Amino acid sequence: MCRSARKAQRIAQKLFSNGLDKVILKAQIHSGGRGKGTFKNGVKGGVKICQSPEEVINVAKSMLGQILVTNQTGPKGQKVSRLLVEGVYDIRREYYLAVLLDRVTSRPMMMVSTEGGMEIEEIARKTPEKIIREIIDPAVGLMPYQARKLASALGFTGSLLHSASQLLAGVYQTWWENDATLLEINPLCMVELPDGRMSLVVDAKMSFDSNALYRHPEIAEMRDTAEESPLEFEAGQHGLNYIKLDGNIACMVNGAGLAMATMDIIHHHGGWPANFLDVGGSAKTGQVAAAFKIILSDPNVRGILVNIFGGIMQCDIIAQGIVAAARERQVKVPVVVRLAGSKAEEGNRIIGQSGLNFTSAAGLDEAARAIVQLVQTPV
Amino acid sequence: MSILANPETRVIIQGITGHYGALHTRLSLEYGTRIVAGVTPGKGGTRFDEKVPVFNTMADAVRETGAKVSAIFVPPPLAADAILEAVDAEVDLVVCITEGIPVKDMIKVKRAMEGKATRLLGPNCPGLTTPGEGGQGCRIGIIPSLIHKKGHIGVVSRSGTLTYEAVSQLTQRGLGQSTCAGIGGDPVHGMSHLEIIQMMNDDPDTHGIIIIGEIGGSSEEEAAHWIKGHVRKPVAAFVAGATAPPGRRMGHAGAIVNAGVGTAAAKIQAFKEAGVAVAPNPSLIADTLIQLL
Repeated sequence: MCRSARKAQRIAQKLFSNGLDKVILKAQIHSGGRGKGTFKNGVKGGVKICQSPEEVINVAKSMLGQILVTNQTGPKGQKVSRLLVEGVYDIRREYYLAVLLDRVTSRPMMMVSTEGGMEIEEIARKTPEKIIREIIDPAVGLMPYQARKLASALGFTGSLLHSASQLLAGVYQTWWENDATLLEINPLCMVELPDGRMSLVVDAKMSFDSNALYRHPEIAEMRDTAEESPLEFEAGQHGLNYIKLDGNIACMVNGAGLAMATMDIIHHHGGWPANFLDVGGSAKTGQVAAAFKIILSDPNVRGILVNIFGGIMQCDIIAQGIVAAARERQVKVPVVVRLAGSKAEEGNRIIGQSGLNFTSAAGLDEAARAIVQLVQTPV
Repeated sequence: MSILANPETRVIIQGITGHYGALHTRLSLEYGTRIVAGVTPGKGGTRFDEKVPVFNTMADAVRETGAKVSAIFVPPPLAADAILEAVDAEVDLVVCITEGIPVKDMIKVKRAMEGKATRLLGPNCPGLTTPGEGGQGCRIGIIPSLIHKKGHIGVVSRSGTLTYEAVSQLTQRGLGQSTCAGIGGDPVHGMSHLEIIQMMNDDPDTHGIIIIGEIGGSSEEEAAHWIKGHVRKPVAAFVAGATAPPGRRMGHAGAIVNAGVGTAAAKIQAFKEAGVAVAPNPSLIADTLIQLL
């Protein structure tokens, strides 16, 4: 990794003197699609193969400090301030390697396969017998014998057995220490070095447990909100759980299970949900207002179903929040409100007296039918 | 009469002085729950609302009160420690309400609980209610008491408000409940659907069972296989998440469908094969059971 063209050249020089005839330069940005991207200065490609130190310095100069636009960066692009310089090796074999939670045993599991380069789902479908699993006791971690067992199952022998085992141990350690939910290396490549020896190189992908980010500020910092759906990000800022879907009936529900069930019943009656939105078990009026704003930012939305089961969160408070938010946002699409549980009657009275053209529904079924019908009726 | 707890059960609240813990302690006391102690480190020797004695440690609280059940209302970073403190104090049951505990903490907790007699309900669950009338109920957790009616249906669920939906449907149709238990929405949790169903099957006072499941994991399938061979009581189920897109986490950390595992369709199929009546939509959960009675 380097920040200057001179350093890139020095790294490349070393690789060439080891006998390699090619090196690769990769622009380091927080986005994919780099190889097919274009720099704003007109240079094409954020990933390039070079065959001489002179070429390396020229290519590095053309990339560093420039804005790279790819199909994932958006038109603004991202500035390249670092380059990765690596040797180009002959790949001899590709393997699959992952660490994840095994929900059946509630323990970590390492999964390997000789069929690298393919999606694991595809391997599982075509050749499930080629996926080898090892359950790890979290009290002791991945033991060396387990790493050797997996490395050996992949066919490694001799000195590669040891280096592969070490690599597996390091991969598990990385998963555990960083509170990752998934660490996937696909492919794990066995390459031939210029002197004929074999070595292992990796391409890794990690996802992290969002509940554990509080103890990993360095990982939280890597979060690139520009890459996330802006609506989902904003929802998160308000403590809402929002997932945009393809339909046109928005839902606002308290509780994840009831939110899923609400989507299901809309679908059951022939409608299609525009989103999953859980305002949480103890949502406040401010969150209801934010939820309305987020829902209405989706141009596909033709109707809204609010389904609140009041427990600790009382329906009258929620009703006030709904009315205030709807007035402020000037909601033009039909809205069906179903309030149940604690203070549901008071809540319905507030909705009824608000002067807003909202439909109140007593039951879940009635509410879902009503919104599907309102959305399907041409205005 | 019920499983896991009854109106005589003596309960300790871990995190009794926090906002959430205090709120629900008051509501549970009103419902008749015998909350005999609270634990908040540093506040030992005081009394909560001038009634419930507060202790610094679970060991003290259990020694002084003999309580056998605790409920946890502490923030996520402290929850794993609170669970294992309760296990160390040898309570029979820990009900962990806390939402947002790191998966790694729960992996460690499950490992440390192996071979211990203590049972864990949750985390990220609404808790456990044994409905009772006139201040004779037992409410451990956050389930709103007004939706309940005392009776003979057992309800087990992974969800919170969806459970309330099902319970209130039962109550509206005049069917009371013996026990209502939420097992929680996290991928690593304590008791499963299956363990609760086994207990409900053995409970002479439970005459019918409602299971609420959701996408992700295989807890529902596991329960279905056991029901097929063992349960002669009427059982109805609903599985939430048929319309959820694969690979996305739907609010609950456990509600994710990966590579075709954990789909609503597979769970519904497993229930049907086990002779469990599956509600076609969430407004018919109680009615689906009533048809079997």
